[in-house]
Amino acid sequence: MKEWIFTTDHKRIGILYLIGSMAAFVVAGIAALVIRFEQFNPGMQVVNSATDYNNALYFHGAAMILAFLIPGLTGFFANYFLPIMIGARDVAFPRLNALSVWLFYGGIVLALVSMVMPDAPDVMWTGYPPYSTMGTPGNSAFYVFTVHLFGFSSILGAVNFIVTVMYLRAPNIGWNQLNMFVWTMFGAFIINLVFIPVLAAAVTMVLFDKYLGTHFFDPAGGGDVLLYQNLFWFYSHPAVYVIFLPAMGVLYEIIATMAKNHIFNYKAAVYGGVCGIIFLTGEVWVHHLYVAGMPDWLRIGQMVTTLLISVPVGLMVISMWGTLYKGAITFNVAMYYAVSCLFLVLIGGLTGIPLAMTSMTLHLSETSFVHAHFHFVMALFATFSIYAGIYYWFPKMTGRSADSKLAYIAFWLNSLGVNLTFWPLFVIGVEGMPRRYYDYEQFPAYFADYHHIATFGGVVTAIGTALTIINLVYAAFKGAKTNSNPWGSKSLEWTDTVSPPGPGNFVHDPKIAPGWTPYDYVR
Amino acid sequence: MKIRTDFQAMRKGAAVVSALAVLMAPVVASASGGAAAAGGFSSPATGWNELWHHVLVDLLVIGGIFAIAAVYMLWKYQAKNPGDVGTARPLTAAQALGFALIPSAIFMADDFFLAAKGWVLWNTQRTVPADAIEVKLTAQMYSWEFDYGNGLVVNSVEAPIMVPVGRPVVMRMTSNDVIHSFFIPEFRIKEDVMPGRKTYLWFKAPAAGEYLATCTEYCGAGHSQMPAKIQAVEPAAFDAWVASKGKQAAAPVATNG
Repeated sequence: MKEWIFTTDHKRIGILYLIGSMAAFVVAGIAALVIRFEQFNPGMQVVNSATDYNNALYFHGAAMILAFLIPGLTGFFANYFLPIMIGARDVAFPRLNALSVWLFYGGIVLALVSMVMPDAPDVMWTGYPPYSTMGTPGNSAFYVFTVHLFGFSSILGAVNFIVTVMYLRAPNIGWNQLNMFVWTMFGAFIINLVFIPVLAAAVTMVLFDKYLGTHFFDPAGGGDVLLYQNLFWFYSHPAVYVIFLPAMGVLYEIIATMAKNHIFNYKAAVYGGVCGIIFLTGEVWVHHLYVAGMPDWLRIGQMVTTLLISVPVGLMVISMWGTLYKGAITFNVAMYYAVSCLFLVLIGGLTGIPLAMTSMTLHLSETSFVHAHFHFVMALFATFSIYAGIYYWFPKMTGRSADSKLAYIAFWLNSLGVNLTFWPLFVIGVEGMPRRYYDYEQFPAYFADYHHIATFGGVVTAIGTALTIINLVYAAFKGAKTNSNPWGSKSLEWTDTVSPPGPGNFVHDPKIAPGWTPYDYVR
Repeated sequence: MKIRTDFQAMRKGAAVVSALAVLMAPVVASASGGAAAAGGFSSPATGWNELWHHVLVDLLVIGGIFAIAAVYMLWKYQAKNPGDVGTARPLTAAQALGFALIPSAIFMADDFFLAAKGWVLWNTQRTVPADAIEVKLTAQMYSWEFDYGNGLVVNSVEAPIMVPVGRPVVMRMTSNDVIHSFFIPEFRIKEDVMPGRKTYLWFKAPAAGEYLATCTEYCGAGHSQMPAKIQAVEPAAFDAWVASKGKQAAAPVATNG
């Protein structure tokens, strides 16, 4: 046990991130069920008060983004596999890595405490003042320090992995020979390093306003409420690419391996796609503020930049599609999830287009349409990529396969459930169903029918999730044993390590021939 | 040499398409701009519904192309025997550049097309007609207060808010406490309402009836329970109601949907 708490091995730290992020996923998922059951009908039926509902909403959003998606993708996947893919024995700063995961667990503890304490935070994951700086509502300090802990963990991780990719690549692994997984993770870490400090500043100013008597966001004291929103979204928009890029990275690896093909137009995906996203990501945050009273010319200007992000994203999507072209595709559970992600990213990405347009968003903002859009990209696309990656690398981490019949049943339940939940929310969103409501009595009666379907979908998803976890835990101990490269991949983590890899990863340091790539299927 | 010729040809082709895309944008914009100069849309709502249909078609076309391509390739390129590997040849430099520049040009052309159409509607939404009736709106936890300027003040928890049919109304808005957002779904319009700042939105009720307005910026425990009833009545009845400071009730109207 002590070995795990004090470990500096990147693989063990990765597993610690996996356990913490999946635990957060389950608890935040239960909060989602509370929300869905409460929204089943207008009026109050499951929670005792509106504040209880708002507490659940706060926890669900904050935990899913800050404790599940970002640490799951940049904490677990990057930690376990990135060093191996570049031929390194560990990250550049293993002890800093340990500090990162301890800070992560600190954030989880704080988030869980904030669920059960009296006067729990109910400021939503966005934490807008003046509500979050008022005297009465819940304990905003817990929100601020939860963000601090997760943010600090991520910043340290970013430093660690950027240095690792730059300096610890094995000889002959150049920038154009990196796995797409490595490039997308590298992009995510650059974004984290640059933008998280701004979020830290924003929430710290909330802390100061509420508890120390400053007036950053208090108009009566010369402050401005819009300042917070600009600082918050300056980070939080790039944050979605911290989620999107690694998810794409995981999918690229799975699709390339299962199609036995090289990446289609690798350079366009890397330099046009990943680098293009990094370049543009800091110039679009105002699309979260289209109805917030920003100057008109700024809203229009950032409509153009937001629409233009479709170019780098499009290049990555085309590259992913092209990797199927003239491939030799076989299927496993990971590929099932990866294929469903192809369709999920279309729906999630394309519904972002009306939201990029100021005039459309003057109606759609803060409705279920937005909610369904970002759930398609985050709850469906990114989460399914995480499932895909876990199933794909399961044999590498455990020496066993988790591809059982139960896995396929859970896949279909998950797919059915999430679609049942979110398609109805698109529809009533266009008709005006607002976000963050527990009661919608003032709306037409047929809204309830759509909520019924959405809640039923939530139940189906819950069953699918439970079966997935049961299957994975069972397979870790009793799954069918596999050889060290069951999918026939050419990537270093499969070809040059045993399953699971031992300390130092490689029995012999990998000898990379010039011109090698991790996608060397066709020579 | 064949490769150099390909490269030059692709380069020329890519340049032409990119130039077309860049040229298309101002052409589209000016064409749409012409419409704006001619008055744009009659109200934010009609413009929104029209543009929404264009956007949906756009999304369905793009989504359809990619979805069908995915399904087709997943079916056609399945491995025939175990141990099969992909047979795709690496792209030449020309092909790589082409596959980057041409899709980029197409996406950019679509982006500018949508931006131009959206800009026309935006002008309508943000340009208040000169003859609009001004109402001052103050939001608080958890109600809306409408000030008609002559001493008539209506609170949303007490009474419906009257507006005239077919005449533009502009809300000049501020908040007493936290950020709220005034949203009238059927008029396809909202804007945040903040302390220390003034924001605005305008709309035009198309027909007599009752319309719902509601809060769409999280403001605490009462966020779901801040509706306002907007009642659109004939202009004469509206004028009389305002002049009598709300004492002369407007004629009963059929409720809307």
